[in-house]
This record gives sequence, structure tokens and C-alpha cells, in this order.
Amino acid sequence: MEPGARIVITGVGLASPNGDNLAEFRSNLLAGVSGVEPYSIRYFGDTVAGVCHFNTKKYQTRKELRVGTRAGSIAIYCSNEAVQDSGLPWAELDSSRTGVYLGITEHGNVETEGEIHEIRKYDDNIRYWSHYHNPRTVANNPAGEVTINLKITGPHYTVGAACAAGNLGIVQGCQQLRLGEVDLALAGGVSESIRTFGIFAGFNSQNALAVHEDPTRASRPFDKARNGIVVSEGGAVFTLERLEDAQARGAKIYGEIAGYAANSDAMDMVLPFQERQAECIRKAIQRAGMEPGDIHLVNTHATGTPAGDVQECAAIRSVFGDSPQTYVNNTKSFIGHAMGAAGALELAGNLPSFDDLIVHHTINVDDLDPECALPNLVHEAPVQAEKLDTILNNSFGMLGINSVLIVKRVQS
Amino acid sequence: MTREQIGQAIVDIITDIIPDEDCSSLDPDQALRDQLDLDSMDFLDIVMELRKKYGVEVPESDYPQLATLTSCIDYLEPKLADK
Repeated sequence: MEPGARIVITGVGLASPNGDNLAEFRSNLLAGVSGVEPYSIRYFGDTVAGVCHFNTKKYQTRKELRVGTRAGSIAIYCSNEAVQDSGLPWAELDSSRTGVYLGITEHGNVETEGEIHEIRKYDDNIRYWSHYHNPRTVANNPAGEVTINLKITGPHYTVGAACAAGNLGIVQGCQQLRLGEVDLALAGGVSESIRTFGIFAGFNSQNALAVHEDPTRASRPFDKARNGIVVSEGGAVFTLERLEDAQARGAKIYGEIAGYAANSDAMDMVLPFQERQAECIRKAIQRAGMEPGDIHLVNTHATGTPAGDVQECAAIRSVFGDSPQTYVNNTKSFIGHAMGAAGALELAGNLPSFDDLIVHHTINVDDLDPECALPNLVHEAPVQAEKLDTILNNSFGMLGINSVLIVKRVQS
Repeated sequence: MTREQIGQAIVDIITDIIPDEDCSSLDPDQALRDQLDLDSMDFLDIVMELRKKYGVEVPESDYPQLATLTSCIDYLEPKLADK
């Protein structure tokens, strides 16, 4: 066990509504290009969503695609891309020393809705219920599909943590490396949520689903006219290694996991709570051995709901009120809310800031809500920072789960 | 359905189930699983598709009779005579 081991990110694979890889994703974030589009799903009808368009056949056969799940497909694509990006000598690795840890908001709704829809054609006769239902809906499905595809014999499982899950998948990978359970972690988050009508109907019934005549303008955190969440699919998977292993093989290092924290509001099923969010942020900063002023960029969780954005801004204001040099931005304004993938995907989109020192802006803020008017909120255009060595990534979820992850530059 | 039609129906079903494989020149008297990468779940897919497309119920005790293309046709011919 190496509790003090320094863990670094050495590869990034992602599927975003506005990019199939980090370069494309980053380029679109800097150019203000949204990935939200018109979308229609059975029972619900027309709405908007963030839809991924990566090449599903790049790493899967047609049979694998037929048998597996969309979440599995996203996870397989992202994992393969991450491994390739990492430059790891994959064929030479001991596959039993690799683990797969993926955050998910939920899993199984898509497949269950699909089966119910199918047997309706046969008078609800359960003889027509698929024998694939169970392997498709078990909670470890997306991570398990990755191990089958990449022939990984180490551990795999998912971390269910609502919309805080992306960060927690990374945290899990980091912890398992420190425990000595594995030497390489494929860690991140995935979501197939747009394939279930239930998530749209549920947010709609909660009056929390974004509506806008222009899909690209529907996701608008911090804007006065924001009216809810844009649901998206996507994924981001990172290769995590111990620093000395990465350095020994001369790997490209994107950043180091500097600190993290998770806690629970213990209050409400759906409402966020800024006091507990602030506690979580402070705890992560403390564990990183930092002060709030050491954080150069806060990537917010803000989803574009009237109440949620205000709560998070209050939490950020309470922690960073005395550190006006800390920039704040939001990635959901481009891609919507990728649920279990959100934390991981949003972190990925900001990692290139260590190289270019640019903070991508928050789009669709036409009329800034005064309650969200944080100092250094980047919302009109990307900002060139003088210094950018640390990113703090917020991800919060239903049932009051909060997660905060801090990544820092590794000085070469 | 004629024996030829039944044979084609089986090949069509298998082609949908394992779309990456070439099912165009199967030896009708050799076991399907020796010629194709068909696992047990794929086999259940064949049974499911027969149920969905032709209303044919294949009880588990009859599965061995679906081993080859010829034995499939022999087994299904009486069941599909009126289809």
C-alpha cells in the first residue's frame, strides 16, 4: 500500500456531444461551439439533448454493438482512446494489474424501457423478454464491457453517485492505485441517459428540463432566463498511473490528482445545499495542502436550474470570496448535462488549460443573474490567464452527494 | 414454407445475430457452432427470433435438433408447413 503515492493522468479518451476526442472537444469549447441538438424520444416526443456522434465501430464489432449497451459502447470507445493516447505498451502489460472504475448516474433504465416497449408488441408476453436483459442492466455493465473488449483481467466496477459520479470514478481509480490493488486504472464516467424517456419525463415533471427554441441556447447556466437541464450522453476515461511509473516510461502527463473530497447534504432528495457544497470544496482544498487562493480555475457543476446555480455560486463565493484571482467557468453550457460522465468530461475539457493557459468561457450568458455574478466568472469569451496550475472540479448529484476533485500541473 | 425457404429464413436470422460473419456458404450438414462463432446467448437469439418472426416455440429439450442447417429444416418443416 502506498497511501502517499502521487497519481497522475497520462491518457484521455472521451465522447462528447461536441467532440470525439480531446483536441476536437477543446477546440469547440474555445470556439464557443455547442453540442446540443434537436432530439426526439418515444413517449416524450420532441426535446433537445446532447448527442454523441463518435464512430461506434472503431473498437467494436457489429455483434458487440448489437449485444451490448450504449453505456458500454461509450465506455469502450473512451477506454480504447485513452489507452492509445497514453502511449502505454498495452500488449506488454499484465492485464490483471489494470482496473476499470467508471462513474454512472444510473444504469438499466434504457434497457428496461426498451424491453417493455418490445414485449408490448407481443401482448406483454414475457416469453419475448430478452435473455440479455440481466447482463445489460447489471450495474457493472459499462465497466465490464470494457474488460471484455480490452481483455482486462483486473477488477472492474461502476460507482453509482448520480451526477457526482464522474469525479468519483476518478477518485476510485486513484484510491485503488494507492492501495496497490492495480498499477493502471481506467477511470472516469459514462452516461447513456438520453436513451431513456424517463429522465426527460422526470425532469419535465420536476419543472427542471430546459426548453428553448434554439437547442444550442437551451443550456444556459448563470443566465437569468435559464429554465432547466439539457440531458446529454457522453463519457470520459483517463489512464491513471503512479507518478514514478509514468515518469519512468517518459509518459505525457496531463496533471496530478492533488486532492478530492465527497460528502452528503443529508437533507433532501433533489435540492442542493450550498453549505455542504462549500464544506466539500474546503475539504478537498485542505487535503491538497492548498489555500483557496491556490486554485486558479473552478469548473462549476451548474446545470442551468434556477435554484441549483444560485446555491453553487453561494458556495463558491463563501470559499473563494477572498481569492478574486480564481477563475470560474462552466462546460455544461456547451454540452448540456452528461450526468455520470459530467465530472470526468468537464475535467477533460479543461485539462488543456495547463498547456495553453486559456480558460474556456461559459456560453449563453446573455443576461447574467446577479446572484451568479461571481468575480472572474468567464462568460463572454475565453480568457488568457497569467498562471494556471490548478483546476478544481465540482460535481454534485441527487440525494445530496457532493464531489470535488482538484488536479494540478506536474512541473517538468 | 418450403424447405428452401426455411433454410433461407434460418440463415437470415443467423446473419442478423452475428453480422460480422459470412453465413453465405454454410455446410448444411455440419454443426452451425463448428462453422460460426455462435455462443449460447446467440443460440437463444435464434430461438427468440423463431418465436417472434414465425410464432414457433422451441422447447429446451428440442435444442439439439437445431444443431445443423439440415436438422433445423427437418425440425421446423412441419411447424412451418402452413406459414
